[in-house]
Amino acid sequence: MRVDRSALTDPAWVRVALTATALLFLALFLVLPLASVFVEAFRRGFDAYWKAITEPDAAAAIRLTLLVAVIAVPANLIFGIAASWCIAKFDFRGKNLLITLIDIPFSVSPVISGLVYVLLFGLNGLLGPVLREQGIQIIFALPGLVLATIFVTFPFVARELIPLMQEQGTEEEEAALVLGAGGWQTFRRVTLPNIKWGLLYGVLLCNARAMGEFGAVSVVSGHIRGETNTMPLHVEILYNEYNFVAAFAVASLLAFLALVTLVAKTLLEWRFGAELAATRR
Amino acid sequence: MSIVLNGITKRFGNFLALDTVDLEVRAGELLALLGPSGSGKTTLLRIMAGLEFPDAGTLRMDGEDATDRKPRDRQVGFVFQHYALFRHMTVFDNIAFGLKVRPRGERPSATAIRAKVEQLLSLVQLEQFAGRYPTQLSGGQRQRVALARALAIEPKVLLLDEPFGALDAKVRKDLRRWLRGLHDEIHVTSVFVTHDQEEALELADRVAVMGHGRIEQIGTPTEVYDRPASAFVFDFLGNANKLEGVVEDGVARLPGNLSVAVRGRKPGRALAFIRPDDITLAHAPDGPARITAIHAIGPTARIDVDLDGTALEVALPRTGLETLALRTGDRCRVSLGQVHLF
Repeated sequence: MRVDRSALTDPAWVRVALTATALLFLALFLVLPLASVFVEAFRRGFDAYWKAITEPDAAAAIRLTLLVAVIAVPANLIFGIAASWCIAKFDFRGKNLLITLIDIPFSVSPVISGLVYVLLFGLNGLLGPVLREQGIQIIFALPGLVLATIFVTFPFVARELIPLMQEQGTEEEEAALVLGAGGWQTFRRVTLPNIKWGLLYGVLLCNARAMGEFGAVSVVSGHIRGETNTMPLHVEILYNEYNFVAAFAVASLLAFLALVTLVAKTLLEWRFGAELAATRR
Repeated sequence: MSIVLNGITKRFGNFLALDTVDLEVRAGELLALLGPSGSGKTTLLRIMAGLEFPDAGTLRMDGEDATDRKPRDRQVGFVFQHYALFRHMTVFDNIAFGLKVRPRGERPSATAIRAKVEQLLSLVQLEQFAGRYPTQLSGGQRQRVALARALAIEPKVLLLDEPFGALDAKVRKDLRRWLRGLHDEIHVTSVFVTHDQEEALELADRVAVMGHGRIEQIGTPTEVYDRPASAFVFDFLGNANKLEGVVEDGVARLPGNLSVAVRGRKPGRALAFIRPDDITLAHAPDGPARITAIHAIGPTARIDVDLDGTALEVALPRTGLETLALRTGDRCRVSLGQVHLF
């Protein structure tokens, strides 16, 4: 019998040990906590669960979270496309600086991101007094939550698109221009179809983070129940009040969102794997 | 359509890509821009297409100033070196693109577009590939799709950047003949860029030889091959033997006691260029040259000769070599046919 061996194949025990370590790690640090969220949420049965996620404050938190995401994600979608477009397709002074700036939200603590807005727009902040005179409230209100969320989720779409667009180059756009297409036609018919899967991927990640963000939002929120509490903040409050079932119930919604994102991402890869590979080629 | 370029200069940073280039592309001709990489030939082609704009100089199309005209208003067909097919579109949609993006008033009807695309598909012999994606095609097929896409907008001039560069030798030769036939059929003014002298000399009506951002010489293939204007052109158009010599009293004295009569040339040092097939050898035990190697494969034999310390390459027909009965190590006499002095 011919044994399939290559120079890169390790002995069986190495492979088994590595796989087992990875799986054990995964189970211990990912699957177990996730499972416990759902177990805790349903500890007092489905009725208690349902009550916890439909009571007015919880419902308000869910609505607020969705509202913030609905504003922040499209904003970052547009910004992400614009930034990666100009970085990948044009040469200009300060390009590296722009790339570094886009990465800032990844490298600073979310708490600091929130604090920046408090310092800018808070009562004693730089612009606070002026805005107060105009009757505009940013901190401890929806605008602050949206700003903090946009800041934190800033890089997701752009980071996904920049390498993709750089790899694809500008030849297809040039071909479109020579064939008589205008700028918008070139974008809609050539550039956008070439990046659509990468874009969707970036939007999914961006959305997951926008809904799950805690630190930055916590600083600017003010934790007013039923008004400025998003889901992650609501979970914390409930937990601090020893209302474990309710806390885990709301948390399970967030966990569920993460799972949906993951499944959607996997489905996309599975269904359009060939096409993804083709556009990345 | 004719294109006239005057004093075109283009810099990329500190690099002078084009240095006051003058060029006239005549209506209906097939012109080759031939040169080594970095000679500015692709930049010149991109300037004609409007994909680059010159720092100085003017470009006229059919007598009208088109220096600042946008690519979409130039009516040029451009075939990219790596084809730049739209990867998410089928072959059909690729070819139809130029027609579909026209403003509503000028856009042909869907049936007219379909008819036009089908006509082009049959022109490039790809009728059964309309539904394929570019990744499902071979290099030669992609090349023909790119050509059909460029022709769909009925361009007044066709520009091709290294059209055969990414193909293997066999396909390259077939496609070359096919393109020449196509040009004879539709007579669209065409300019193509190449670094392959054989390709330029075989395919083009006229060849512009480029080097260091300038046009060194322009003429028919026979003109540039037989009467090269400079050492650069001679060297670039095929194999060349270089001999250092001295001119005195109307005679150029070359190594191995060879001499060539030259007229109207000032005395002094000179470089003599001779093509390998312009040298003949004869058996001579006391001759000045010695044969160092013989490569006899195919119809032409290549013979390496050492002439008083200078290496020469000689090309002989195989039959000629057999009659001479020369072997490696033999001494021989060398006589020169056409010699170009620079």
